[in-house]
Amino acid sequence: MRCVLSVEQKNMAKKNIEKKPGWKELPEGDLIKGGGTAREFKTGGWRSKRPILIPEKCISCMTCWMYCPDSAVIVKDGKVVGFDYEHCKGCGICEHECPVKGKAIKMVSEKEAKASEKK
Amino acid sequence: MAKSNIIARTGNEAMAEAMRQIDPDVVAAYPITPATEIVQIFAGYVADGVVKTEFVPVESEHSAMSACIGASAAGGRAMTGTSSQGLALMAEMLYIAAGLRLPIVLADVNRALSSPINIHCDHSDTMMLKDSGWIQIFSENAQEGYDNMIQAVRIAEKAKLPVMVTTDGFIISHGMERIEILSDEDVKKFIGEYKPEHYLLKVEEPITIGALDLPDYYFEHRRQTAQAMIDSKSVIVNVGKDFTAKTGRSYELFEKYKLDDAEFAIVAMGSTAGTTKVVVDSLRAKGMKAGLLKPRVFRPFPKEEIAEALKNLKAIAVMDRSDSMNGHEGPVCLEVKAALYDKGLNKPVVDYIYGLGGREIRVQDIEDVYKEISGLSRTKAVSEVKYLGVRE
Amino acid sequence: MANIKELVKQKELFTGGHRGCAGCGAVMIARQVLMVAGPDTVVVSATGCLEVVSTIFPYTAWNVPFLHSAFENAGATISGVEALYKSFTRQGKINKKINFIAFGGDGGTYDIGLQSLSGAVERGHNILYVCYNNEAYMNTGVQRSGATPKGADTTTAPVGKVKKGKEQYRKDLTAIMVAHGIPYAAQAVAGNWRDLTSKVEKALSIEGPKFINVFQPCRLGWAYEPELTCEMGRLAADTCAWPLYEVLNGQYKITYRPKEKKPVAEWIKLQGRFRHLMKPESKALLDEIQALTDKSWEDLRKKETASTPAKAV
Repeated sequence: MRCVLSVEQKNMAKKNIEKKPGWKELPEGDLIKGGGTAREFKTGGWRSKRPILIPEKCISCMTCWMYCPDSAVIVKDGKVVGFDYEHCKGCGICEHECPVKGKAIKMVSEKEAKASEKK
Repeated sequence: MAKSNIIARTGNEAMAEAMRQIDPDVVAAYPITPATEIVQIFAGYVADGVVKTEFVPVESEHSAMSACIGASAAGGRAMTGTSSQGLALMAEMLYIAAGLRLPIVLADVNRALSSPINIHCDHSDTMMLKDSGWIQIFSENAQEGYDNMIQAVRIAEKAKLPVMVTTDGFIISHGMERIEILSDEDVKKFIGEYKPEHYLLKVEEPITIGALDLPDYYFEHRRQTAQAMIDSKSVIVNVGKDFTAKTGRSYELFEKYKLDDAEFAIVAMGSTAGTTKVVVDSLRAKGMKAGLLKPRVFRPFPKEEIAEALKNLKAIAVMDRSDSMNGHEGPVCLEVKAALYDKGLNKPVVDYIYGLGGREIRVQDIEDVYKEISGLSRTKAVSEVKYLGVRE
Repeated sequence: MANIKELVKQKELFTGGHRGCAGCGAVMIARQVLMVAGPDTVVVSATGCLEVVSTIFPYTAWNVPFLHSAFENAGATISGVEALYKSFTRQGKINKKINFIAFGGDGGTYDIGLQSLSGAVERGHNILYVCYNNEAYMNTGVQRSGATPKGADTTTAPVGKVKKGKEQYRKDLTAIMVAHGIPYAAQAVAGNWRDLTSKVEKALSIEGPKFINVFQPCRLGWAYEPELTCEMGRLAADTCAWPLYEVLNGQYKITYRPKEKKPVAEWIKLQGRFRHLMKPESKALLDEIQALTDKSWEDLRKKETASTPAKAV
């Protein structure tokens, strides 16, 4: 059985390859100039759950920030203010490690969260 | 022209002398016969404080090249020396050094690869790494070894490819010769300072070296390395011209010895070329139009130029001091045949695989080679490989 | 001791956007190490999960200079970087303090990388080597390593009809490093950031080769839910399956004493790789593992006592 790509899919694949730089444009050698360029790669699409902050319960102990493997806890002026949903993978470590009784972070279904966003 | 100093040195001593004058930032090395002396002598320079080099006595050759990669990526000049099994052990890292485009310079003292284990000269170790992306320069004698090491530093940094300079194990490495050396000042001036644009110790500008390429980028990076190899040919020629201006000694992609009007020629690299020159002279005196083409640069292989140089010959013998185990010819012969073919030159080319494991190659043997190929051109063109000097 | 309120203000030296699994302990460790090391740091990593997920061209999660060359040579590669730094310092070309940190998994450290690590520390380079130890070759699909404990299920020492997982005990690499006579060696765990960061701080203040063996729970290879990574680490310390200690110039100090030493089964029962050990027919093996854990803990306490000078009366 042959797997046939739609015209739209074929064009998108072609575009993806064409968009990338050729060998003459790339820096010479296996070199990435600059640090932290991974920020441009979005891993938020991996999630099936997402963390929701309950600000009134949060004591800004920074435990979630310390343990987040994806640096996805946003801190402003010494306070946890939310999550970087472009990178959060929904592992749930933040909720699990939150020391507050009753938790200041709640993991909810990504599907439901997305659906309610659209409304 | 720069002032010359005449001294007596063996091949290894001459290489060590060149390294002392180059004064690299890091030397990381592991001993192996017959290359050991190069770094041993150099370690003496370090102990006496005559060089600024940080010497890293690593625990294996693989670690030697790894440390050189670390030092070079960090922004400094890194050098090492090895042979045979040592070169084989660091093979993985040699490919990596070339892929990372690091200008490391390595002195390879040509020695046979095991098995059987053998400490004497043949070219199998260097030939093993011919596809690694390293520039490979063969030296005929100690003088060339010294001169090539100095040029290698500039070649590597301009081409952004690592360079290996080879000398024949024991024959050259341990043979005492009269050599002319430059002053320390002149060597420093010739090689200049290494100023990479991106390097690890520049912590204010972080970089990542050695990333993983998925199929969407690997090919482009390899294409860059291939182009660098192609472009390095002109770099080598220009550095050679500069060196000639300083010393009067000629360094091109290959050397032609009485080749222009020759009818029968040998293509030979390394010390055997020296022996062949003696034979060419004596055969010429007897009336044969013998000649020699001595490739100096094996990688990149100067295909068009060599084909051009061989185009008027009646027959050619290629001397291969290693076997490529393809059931046919050795590596040098394959390159020569491809070069001739692409120029539409159909000539009798006979491959002589010789000297493996340090088997002596004598004046008589080379004379026999010329006699054999001079007989060939009268019959139809043949393609043959012969094992010269093996007991049947 | 690192102050978390201060750490939070610093720029991220290990960013998001890497391809580590959700709940990955390795990237957690790397990020915490760099928090304390600061931007004047050069990192070398062996091939492995950490290197692969963090440097897929053209994306790098590292916001410090980073070099990867091959699998078995993080020790040798960082030796070269540090040697150049020494040379440049001697030549007056550089005069700031730079940290040199090598990362390797248990694969690239206990096994294939052991030689180059041993050589590097024997030569006394001023480096910190951090092993993120998840007890198997995770990046290639959970094969057994020298760090895999007896009884664990891996793809090359699987649990089958006849064999019940790895049959050999794991190497004690921390002891091997201590035997090299290095000034500082320690064991830490992902899940106790205070212990880990204070050890990194201490190590970086010492001249010479330092080694920290960081236990890294791996949700994929050990088979547990991703949110439990830190808890797994704490349980390993509470059951003494992975004691937390440091050896400073030969003097042992246990840095975490569980208030209540839990039976090792408390930790084992949460992991899919040990599922078979909770079956009644595996009781003998489980008992053996408990006995080994107890003996190791006892031996460690003895070493601590023996190496600590008696207080003057």
